Amino acid sequence: MSSITPADVQVGATGDGGAPRRPGRVSLGGISLNLRSSGIYIAFAAIVVLFSVLTDGALLTPQNISNIIVQNSYVLILAIGMILIIIAGHIDLSVGSVVAVTGALAAVLMVNMGWPWPLALLATLAAGALIGAWQGYWIAYFGIPAFIVTLAGMLLFRALTLTVLGNQGIGPFPDQVRTLANGFTDGYLGNVGLGLLGGADLFSLLIGVVAIAGMFTALWRTRNARKGYGQSVEPMALFVLKAAAGAALILFLVVQLARFKNLPWVLVLLAVLVLAYSLMANRTVFGRQIYAIGGNLQAAVMSGVKVKSVVFWIFVNMGVLAAVAGIIFAGRLNQAGPTAGNSFELDAIAAAFIGGAAVQGGVGKVVGAITGGLIMAVINNGMSLIGSPSERVMLVKGIVLLAAVAFDVWTKRRAGAAR
Amino acid sequence: MTEHILRMSGITKTFPGVKALQDVNLSVRRGEIHAICGENGAGKSTLMKVLSGVYPHGDYEGEIFFEGERCEFGGIRDSEHAGIVIIHQELALSPQLSIAENIFLGNERAKRGFIDWNRTNYEAAELMKRVGLRENPTTPISDIGVGKQQLVEIAKALSKEVRLLILDEPTAALNDDDSAHLLDLLRGLRDEGITCVIISHKLNEVTAIADAVTIIRDGRTIETLDMAADAVTEDRIISGMVGRALDNRFPPHEPTIGEEALRVEDWTVYSPSQPDRKVVDSAALTLRRGEIVGLAGLMGAGRTELAMSLFGRTYGVRISGKVFKDGKPVEIRNVQDAINHGLAYASEDRKRYGLNLIEDIKRNISAAGLRGLARRGWVNENEEYRIAEEFHRSMNIKAPSVNSVVGQLSGGNQQKVVLSKWIMTEPDVLILDEPTRGIDVGAKYEIYTIINQLADQGKAVLVISSELPELLGLCDRIYTLSEGRITGEVPRQEATQESLMHLMTKGQE
Repeated sequence: MSSITPADVQVGATGDGGAPRRPGRVSLGGISLNLRSSGIYIAFAAIVVLFSVLTDGALLTPQNISNIIVQNSYVLILAIGMILIIIAGHIDLSVGSVVAVTGALAAVLMVNMGWPWPLALLATLAAGALIGAWQGYWIAYFGIPAFIVTLAGMLLFRALTLTVLGNQGIGPFPDQVRTLANGFTDGYLGNVGLGLLGGADLFSLLIGVVAIAGMFTALWRTRNARKGYGQSVEPMALFVLKAAAGAALILFLVVQLARFKNLPWVLVLLAVLVLAYSLMANRTVFGRQIYAIGGNLQAAVMSGVKVKSVVFWIFVNMGVLAAVAGIIFAGRLNQAGPTAGNSFELDAIAAAFIGGAAVQGGVGKVVGAITGGLIMAVINNGMSLIGSPSERVMLVKGIVLLAAVAFDVWTKRRAGAAR
Repeated sequence: MTEHILRMSGITKTFPGVKALQDVNLSVRRGEIHAICGENGAGKSTLMKVLSGVYPHGDYEGEIFFEGERCEFGGIRDSEHAGIVIIHQELALSPQLSIAENIFLGNERAKRGFIDWNRTNYEAAELMKRVGLRENPTTPISDIGVGKQQLVEIAKALSKEVRLLILDEPTAALNDDDSAHLLDLLRGLRDEGITCVIISHKLNEVTAIADAVTIIRDGRTIETLDMAADAVTEDRIISGMVGRALDNRFPPHEPTIGEEALRVEDWTVYSPSQPDRKVVDSAALTLRRGEIVGLAGLMGAGRTELAMSLFGRTYGVRISGKVFKDGKPVEIRNVQDAINHGLAYASEDRKRYGLNLIEDIKRNISAAGLRGLARRGWVNENEEYRIAEEFHRSMNIKAPSVNSVVGQLSGGNQQKVVLSKWIMTEPDVLILDEPTRGIDVGAKYEIYTIINQLADQGKAVLVISSELPELLGLCDRIYTLSEGRITGEVPRQEATQESLMHLMTKGQE
């Protein structure tokens, strides 16, 4: 309401540590925490701990971790595209149907027409881009709300799937495609003999070590560059603590996976996508413009952002990612089916919102959406491990979604009231 | 029965940090047309909002007596119940509904919960006859022009058995015929015993129609004149509106005026909502490097429309005319073109058009000039931080760090962020639309200093402002705009508030 402006933003606080009292922030032993942006990670950790206890540790066994990743990879890939669309203030209801139609196309090209698999893969991705361009045109240039265009797309592309498949599945897929969707890296270097890591795959462990080293270097260089520019950085102890926690997490994951069947290829793909899209969203002009559009459309226009073009391309991107998910889903089942991708759009949208996206747009993170997706995945998996019926799983997921968005609205309202 | 239908006394309304109204008195005699005049921001609309209950009782100090009774309105419904109806400049009609439905919106002619359509349309037709609106009651609002929509609003007011009708700038969006018709209608209503309060910038209309005029300036009542007894002229009203001393609120500045930076010729813009109405009419202006030029005009004169249509055609349709940058003709089709040609435009509505309020200071500052920070599409975030931090210091933006969210800053600091954003694009020409609106006095001085510095760096600055003292204190040359046309170009030495106000209220001949 009123804008008493003034002194609540006075100088006196330095940097991020010891920031002034702001709504949605709690202070833990001098480390201030923005609940709105980091609450999701705390919630994820809590849910993992909860289900580990409830399942007597079954949740974190090597095989189960591997299952969770492989079974949810396609929704996570969709969530990456979806979060960009939601940040821009739009929505895409058609991704489930696009998963189905691109899977069907891949099957027709590879199985029925005998195209070599790399070519068929590229053709399918191109088809996904084309579908995205079709929807992006109506939304960005014709000005129809995304909700309507993609609702129509949901029907259109499901109809197209049924036309192509004629109500039956097509399979089996070439081995390479199945490996991508369902397979694991080979034990190129043999296994570790004994000790704590008993039986773990050496190659996977090496990848893990390289990943950790890469993470350390990147964090260290960022920190030094910031210091070089005279920006305040977090204290050394906190930096080391954070980096060590990240390293421990990666190491735990890799060791567990290495003890099962090595690294799933989809995990590798997912890791690359998450990294690439996070960088894109934060560090490129294009990514920044997505946030600008969602934050204030008119201000973006008046700042020279070519809004139509940006919106068009994020839908093209969504189409491509849906095609990737379509190929992986079909490859995993070894068959393209007419009901493939049913309600995937809802999972992807839920992942984005649980992961901290704002209903009005302008807010959200790729990593957040992935975490949101993982929260749902862990709930699904954990509850089925303890034998909950599916209706109860649905109930819990519904409540979690509502609670996450309610929390977001609540913190925002408190922030507004404090002003 | 008292002689005065309305008496407001000692009205004081405070917004955080600003006294919008201070001890304002208004007495309106029964059955007269009472005009309220004042500059933009003088407090006219705030006063009407107090009267109509938009600001409920308790939100302001002072007393309101209507029909001799003390009123404590809690909302618009209360004031309407008492017989006070306000018609805002932006009409509050539902475009898809019919004329009759709009007239009785919220006040439906119904029997046991079902609309009585015969009665609705019959009574609507009766009311429409009273206001001289010849249309079918079932015609949708979107099919009739603004002039007729205004009549629908009045018919709606009549349906509520209005005793005091308030019109805020009723003719601002109307053409001459519609305006004349409306004024005739108001005279007719007066003869029927309905008292009218009209807020208007068109002083020729005020002198033609009003029986009394109250002048408000800087949130205070200056005087109430009886048109007949005091033989009031337009000049008399103007001197009341502007009679304010120029004080020491402006930093001294010696301009060094250089080459021509921007020249606009024969610039004509039509309204997007009424495609036959010219909002800007063959305007011509020239801006030179190192010079601060003012653009004065009253609400609805087309100032913002002129600026936005120049800035990448962000307003208006059927735009025609020529633009020369540094003497060469240029074609500016969108905002990106405008930025590339060295233009910058800081909007009068910074929350709507200027800032991403949920984002932090550094990202707002870099929003327009992001490409300058990027190599092959990748933004150098450290450079972004450094530049933001530079502006943070040089502009004296009061915030803990450049990571602070812009929505939490005060108006003055938000404006500094907007200015930083545009300075970062290294423009040659800056158009600043109401750069000090909603900003306290101290911050205003800082903004003026920044504007002077920009001019000293060889940039051309066009300042659009409703406050004449601001233009007189800041600008080297001032254009006046009235009804879309440039009506004057005055060097600072020759300009006075009175002379500008004359040019600003000059109507179509």
